[in-house]
This record gives sequence, C-alpha cells and structure tokens, in this order.
Amino acid sequence: MAQTIYQSFGYVIPETVLSIVFVLTLLTALIKKGRSRHLPAYIAMAGFIVAGVFVSRQAGVDQLVFSGMYAVDPFSWFFKVIFLVTGILIVIFSMQSRELAEGSTKYSEYYSLIISLTIGAFFMAGASNLLMMYLSLELVSISSYILSGFTKENPRADEASLKYVIYGAFSSGLMLYGISILYGLTGSLNFYALNQSLASGTSSQVTLLVAIVLMLVGLGYKISAVPFHFWTPDVYEGAPVTVTAFLSVTSKAAGFALLIRFFKIGFIDVGAQPAVAGMWEIFRGLNWTDIIAVLSVLTMTVGNLVALWQSNMKRLLAYSSIAHAGYILMGFVTLTDQGISAMLMYFVAYLLMNLGAFYIVMLVANKYHTEEIDGYAGLGYRSPYAAFALAVFLFSLTGIPPTFGFVGKLYLFAALIKTNYIWLAIVGVLNSVVSLYYYAKVVRSMYLVQPAENTRIEFGFGTNLMMTILMVPNIALMIYFTPILSWAEQSVRMFGLH
Amino acid sequence: MQYQFLGIGYLTWITFLPIVGMIVVLLIPRGNANSMKWTALAVTVLQLVVAGLIWMNFKPALTGINDPSGFQFIEKAKWIDLPGVAWFGHVSIDYFLGIDGLSLPMIVLTALISFVGVIASWNINKSQKGYFALYLLLDTGMMGVFVALDMFLFYVFWEIMLLPMYFLIGIWGGPRREYAAIKFFLYTLFGSVLILLVMLALYFSVSIKDPATGQMMHTFDMLAMMNPQNYDPNSLLGGIGTYWRYVAFIALFIGFAIKVPIFPFHTWLPDAHVEAPTAISVILAGVLLKMGTYGLLRISFPIFPDIMLKSAYPLAILGFINIVYGALCAMAQTDFKKMIAYSSISHMGVVLLGISALNSQGMAGGVFQMFNHGVVTAMLFLIVGVIYDRAHTRDMNSFGGLANQMPVYTGIMTVAFFAAIGLPGLNEFVSELFSYLGAFAAFRWVAIFSSIGIVLTAGYMLWALQRVFLGQLPDKWKGLPDINGRELVALVPLMVVVILLGVLPSIMLHPMNATLNHLVNFVHSVGAGMTAAK
Repeated sequence: MAQTIYQSFGYVIPETVLSIVFVLTLLTALIKKGRSRHLPAYIAMAGFIVAGVFVSRQAGVDQLVFSGMYAVDPFSWFFKVIFLVTGILIVIFSMQSRELAEGSTKYSEYYSLIISLTIGAFFMAGASNLLMMYLSLELVSISSYILSGFTKENPRADEASLKYVIYGAFSSGLMLYGISILYGLTGSLNFYALNQSLASGTSSQVTLLVAIVLMLVGLGYKISAVPFHFWTPDVYEGAPVTVTAFLSVTSKAAGFALLIRFFKIGFIDVGAQPAVAGMWEIFRGLNWTDIIAVLSVLTMTVGNLVALWQSNMKRLLAYSSIAHAGYILMGFVTLTDQGISAMLMYFVAYLLMNLGAFYIVMLVANKYHTEEIDGYAGLGYRSPYAAFALAVFLFSLTGIPPTFGFVGKLYLFAALIKTNYIWLAIVGVLNSVVSLYYYAKVVRSMYLVQPAENTRIEFGFGTNLMMTILMVPNIALMIYFTPILSWAEQSVRMFGLH
Repeated sequence: MQYQFLGIGYLTWITFLPIVGMIVVLLIPRGNANSMKWTALAVTVLQLVVAGLIWMNFKPALTGINDPSGFQFIEKAKWIDLPGVAWFGHVSIDYFLGIDGLSLPMIVLTALISFVGVIASWNINKSQKGYFALYLLLDTGMMGVFVALDMFLFYVFWEIMLLPMYFLIGIWGGPRREYAAIKFFLYTLFGSVLILLVMLALYFSVSIKDPATGQMMHTFDMLAMMNPQNYDPNSLLGGIGTYWRYVAFIALFIGFAIKVPIFPFHTWLPDAHVEAPTAISVILAGVLLKMGTYGLLRISFPIFPDIMLKSAYPLAILGFINIVYGALCAMAQTDFKKMIAYSSISHMGVVLLGISALNSQGMAGGVFQMFNHGVVTAMLFLIVGVIYDRAHTRDMNSFGGLANQMPVYTGIMTVAFFAAIGLPGLNEFVSELFSYLGAFAAFRWVAIFSSIGIVLTAGYMLWALQRVFLGQLPDKWKGLPDINGRELVALVPLMVVVILLGVLPSIMLHPMNATLNHLVNFVHSVGAGMTAAK
C-alpha cells in the first residue's frame, strides 16, 4: 500500500490548503497595511472551512503516505475534525476579543500563526515517523510561543512567552535525545519499523527505558502532565484568552494524539495477539501501565488541588486543564480500544466545555474588565445568559448530568472498570468531587454573591448565539450521545492495526 | 399500550410534566411572578392528578422487584443503541420505566410534597423565575428516580437533582446558605460517584442475551442485575460473597447512606435543612431522604442479596444509632428547625431498622414509615415556616404561650407533633409499630434498645411544644396573626393524610404488600440459595 510521493499529495490536500491560507493571511498585512482587523480573520475562517471540506472527503481513508512518514487514517481524521472546529471557533472568538484589538495591530500575523499551529497539529495527529513527530511538534510549539506573547505591551504575556520557550526548548531537547537513542537502538525512525525491531527483543531494556522516559518528557510537556506542567499556569494566565483557549484544546489534543499513536504503534506486539488490542508485550518484566497510571493520578490530583486556591479565572482553568489531562490519561492507562475511544469522546466533550468556558471568560474580560473570580460576583443577575452558559460549561467540566462532560467521564471510568483498574477509577471519581469545589466557587460568585452594582450588561445577538451554539451540544449530547460514541469507536482505528 | 394519554405513558407524563412547566416558566417574561407561580401550581396539581390515576389503576396483586411481568405502567424504549464495531460490544441503554408496590407510595408522596412545596413557595420574592424553574427541574429528578428501572437512567435522574438543590439552597436560603449549599453538593456528589462506579462494575459483570441478535451483551437493566445467573463467572462482581461484591455493596451503601442520611454521613443534613427555604426543607426531608432508603431497597437489597443477608445486623445497629443519636441531638436544640432536622435523622433510623429486619412486618413498616415520615416532616417544616415568616426567629426559648394567640395553628401543629411521636390513630404509629415488630423478631436486643428512641422522641417533641405553645406569651408576640388561608391549603391535605392513614393504614399497606413480601422472599431465597450454592 505504499504510496509514491506524487500519489501522496492527494492525501494532504487539507494541509496544503491550510499552508496556502497561511501565506495568504500573511500577505493581507502587506496589502491592507494592518488597517483591516477582520480581513485576515475572514481569510483564515474560509481556509478552515475549505480545509474542512477536504477533510470531510477523507472520512474512512486508511493510508500511509510519504514513505511511511504520515498516516491518514480514521484516528488522525478524528483529531483533524477537532482541530478544525477549534480553529474556526478560535477565529470567531478572536474577532470579538477586546484584548487583541487593543493589544496589538499585527492581526494577519496572529491569524496566520493560528493556522500554522493547526497545520502542525494536523501533522502531529498523523505522524508515524520520529522525525515527522519532532518537526510537527516543533511547528506547534514555535507557533504557540509567539502566540502566547502576542500582546507584547503586556509584560505578563512577555513573561509567559519567555517561560514557554525555555521550558519548551528544554523538553523538546530531551525528547530529541530520546529519539536519537531510539534510533540508535533500532536503526529506524519509522514507528512500524521501530515496532518490528523492538519486537525481536534484542535491544537493551534499560536503554529503551531511558529513551522512553525522555520521549515522555517531551510529550508530557505538550499535554501538560505533572511534573512537566509548570509552564501551564503562567502561560495560560499571561497569554490572551483566545490563545489560552486555543492552546488548551488544540495543542493538548495534538499531544495526546501523538502520544497514543507513538505508543500504540511503536510498542504493541501486533503479531502475538492480534485479537487482544492494547497488549504491551514489548516491555516484558516492566509494569509499565502502572507508570502511566501514577502519572495520571499525579496530574489530576495536583491539577485539582492547586486549582482550589486560585482566584484568577484563567489560572483556575489552567489548573483545571491540567486535571483534565490527568483524566484523559486514565484512558491511556488501559491501552485498550475502549480506553482510547473513551479518550476520544472526552476530547469532544473537552473541546465543547473548555472552549465555552474560555469564551465566557473572554466576554467577561471584554465588558467587566476582570479575570478575577471575585469580579464575577453577581454575574448571574447582571448578565444572566452568559452566567447561565458559564454554569453549564463549568458543570460539564465537573462531569455532572445533564451535561456531556458526564458522558465523557463515564466512558473513561467504564474503560478502567472493564480492565480492573478499580483503584484508579476511585481516585478519578474522588478527583471529580474535589474539582466540584472550585468550579462551584465560580458559580457561587456568579449567583450566590450579590453584585456591588446592579446594572445589567447584555451581550449582542451574535454573542448570545455563539454561546448557544457552544452550550446546546453540551446538553444535547448527554441526552443523545450515540453519534459521538459511534464516531469515537470507529476512530480508534489506526493504519496497520486491526 | 394501556394507560396512555396522547400516546405517552402515564409515567412519562408524571416525570416530565415539570420539565414542560419549567420551559413555560422560562418563557414567561420577567416580572410576571404570579403567572410563574400559577404555572408551577398547575403543573404540580396535574402531577397529583396523574399520581391519583396511577394509584387507582394500580393492581396490588402484582409483585415487581425482579420480575418484569410484575411491574406496571411499563414503558421501555431504546435510548442509546449502538450495535458497535467489531471490537466493541453492543452498547444499549434503555428508557425503561415501571413501578411496583415499592415505588407507588414514593410517587404519590413526591407528587403530594411537590404540590405542597409550591404553595409554601408562594412568598418567594427574589428571582421567582429561576426559583420555579429549578424547583420544577428538581421535581422531575425526584420523580424520575422513583420510576426508573434502568440503572443508567436512575443515575441520571439521581444526579439531576443536585444542581437545582444547590441553587435553591444557595440563592434562596438563610444566612449560612453558601456553606450549607456547597456542603450538601459535595457530600451528595461524593456518594453519587461511588454509585456510578458500582453501576459500571455491575454493567460489565452482567450479560444478557440481546433479544434482537441473540448475542450476549452488557446491560444497565436493574432487573437483569438481580438474577445471579446473568453474571459472567469471571467478572468483577460475579460469584457469591466475593471480596469485590462486599466492596461494591459498601460503596453503594455509602452512596445511599449519605442521602438518607445514616450516621456518620449525616452532617450535611442539619445545615442544609436549616438554611434551605421552607419549601425546600419540605422537599429535602419529605422526598430526598427517602431516595436513599429507596435506593437501598431497589438496588442494594435485591442485587446483592448474599451480602445483604450478612449485613442485616450491622444495618440494624446503624438504624439504632440513627434513632437514638438523632433523638438526643434533637433534644439539645433550641432552633426549632434544627430540632426537626435532627428528628428526621431519628425517624429515618426507624426505616433502616425496619427494612434491615428482612421480614414482612419490618419491610412493610419501613416503607410505610418512609411515606409517613415524608408527610409528617413536611408538615413540621411547614409549621416552622409559618412561625418563622411571622416572628423571623426560630429560637424556641423566645416563644411561649402561642396556643392562645394562634389557636388554629396550634391545633394543626399538635396533630403533626403527635404523629411524629407516634400516637395511635395517627399514621406514624402504624409504621413505627410494624418496624419495631419486625426488628424485634429479627434482632431482639437492637429493637429493645432502639425503643428508647420512642421515649426520647416524645421527650423532645413535647418539650418543644411546651416551650413554644404553652406558658406565658411574651409581649412582643402579642401581634402575631394566626395561620392564613394559603398556609392552610398546604397543611390541611397533609393533615388529612396523616389522620386517614392512621385510621385506615390498609389503603397504603395493601398496594405495597405483595411487592414487599416478594422482596423479602427474594432476598432470603436468592441470598441463601447463592450462599448454599457456594
């Protein structure tokens, strides 16, 4: 099934479209001299939609292109849809952001970076070669470094950006070292060849372990797993809200996509038990899923416990996103198809609820000029609809019916129970209970605290519509989640497996 | 299908009518508080009518519990149905409703208390729209719990109540409302997530034959979970009396015990009850507490009969602790509402004592006590609400001699107090009698020690009565008006029920008898059978 380079181009049309749009958005700066704020946004949006059309044609495609560099399969397709939806939403958010309008004039650069980050994420989702993996990861990282410092008059944004670069450079350096060790061990960069070489069992287990730990540092940094999470709160707080929202979904999902594919393809003994998916036969003698289980527990517990003390909304959501990375990792621990499909489902939920929450945070920052939780006092009376929407998103993040976040969590726990990781499931549910406290703190501020002044602040029709668009699936998909479940189950399929 | 209206089953109507009402309330323009109240009232009256229809068409001879043909008003439809790609099983969740003699009293109780609660909410003067919308959502959640037979559905309804309750206490409650609301929320969510895990474990342990394809599939059907033959031998909860079955039983028990609440999980209750507005205290004590014991009876008992037989004694002891501890705490209170709140703990202990006896008398007494306590405690909270609305204090020591000032009020109050004490001729006498009778047969000494609770109850109730209604009327309360028409509308129906069931308990005992006997037999035979098979 190997595709020639020429044939391969047929499979990367969405990426090509995005690359062209990337250049186009940059060019608008030259043509309109930065005067039109929205022109690059429209171009970016059109680009995402056109790419979406081409992506939709790839449904069900299962191919390895560019000599095994890049997989176009249902698994990456799933993530591409997530990235495109996120991209479109972020462009819409950015057009409404006061922070961006006042903080910078370089709109075309901003939107082009959003596109380049999305391109990187696309390649991360499909990368099946160590070099490809590294390059796409760097494309995402470098775009996000610039984006997070985009409002350069804001010293916090500069600090965020600098911290991000330093952490990023360090961990990707470690990862590169891991890659070089793996290459030294196996003599191949391709995941599939890596698998075959490892399956022969001749490589030194210790060296392999070192290499894997180094790889995990790089990937753990991308998904902000504890203890590689230290950059997250500062970057999320310092960066413009739109960028924070974007990073929290696209960058994290791409990291997870890469993590799953790398381990699933690279380290599963396909030959031994084709019927049993998710066997980790290559690391014999090392209880390796437990390491990830510990990582997951640390991530969610630290995220949740630290979030309890936050008073800034963006920092709170930053720690909450760390905690969610921990929940998602629970699915990875099981390494079964069921666990991975639960992770995929959770991404859909996470996209809807997290972007929704950040959207309201941005709107409140626009009108109320605050990002502190205390500043949300009485929001339920001053802007009832926005407050209601935020409450829905927060309860969805907690995972309480009737919200889709509940279904996402349910499937993660189901995967754990199925594979007898009872202790991990218990830690997971207890963490959800802890998380309720800080999400409810925001709700408390909005509804239970009387505002100092009582003027109503309403948002425009378009904004309300946008909130509705984000909110309705959060509830509707709880009431009927068959389509998402079915989609997630089918998207577990990766090229060469099954 | 029989028992439909407009092609929709009675149970769907009774469950989702409040949601319809909620949507209507949300559509009413702001500031139109009266139409919101009337909408809520109309919905709850309709709900009561449907409950009446269900009651009249209920066939008392049918059993229920584990027997699909013993359930009535069944509605079953596919909710989530995904045949699944090769490596996933068939995912199927049903919209499965049905009632038996265990749920019937609870449905009637819920409809009754919801109706009374709307009347008690008439004075709410802060964001009525939100209040009544949340109130109706809460109503749906409660009703849904009592009619759901699919565990997933049950769980969703169970959780749906949390949100409205949090806001209802937190926004419309008393001075310490924020603390009470979040405490309630955290406690109950903690309990719920344990139920969630057990639910998942049960799901993966139980397989039934898919009627369509003939292949085995997992199910959330609670009736299927009750059949030991449906358990996969090597699954987590398969086998008999295994370690994991104990763990699951205990987790489930904690989940339900928090709702009841059973000592030592009760500490949320005094806070929540005291801070909640009157109508919400009525709902909390009247219906929400019963969900805990209902969950025990509907899920824990029949799904884990093997563990249940072994845990009956500890449960009875917990019941004893609840009775005595609750009563002693109640005695120490000077806050009228807090006293009633602790009396709930004590009375729910009687339920626990009765059902843990696992015999016909105890079971009937326990379930009947659930209903009776719901009615009586609702009355008590309404009574406290009446006095609080007028005097703006609940300190019992500051009152006295109200009997002359408010004679009608005192009359109604006396009925409620004596019902709570368990005076013959009033409903709680019958249910407590049966509970103790059952417990005496099963665990003699526990029952004997528990009966201290009866004396203590009489003690704190009469003492409260004396402090508030007898003696010298302080000058500052000389202007208190007597109970008004609206409050009478809320209290009189409950009082009628209290007296009627005291005189004619059979009208309630009769419909639930067959089901409860079946439950007792089922737990004994299946539980013992499982143990013997081991």
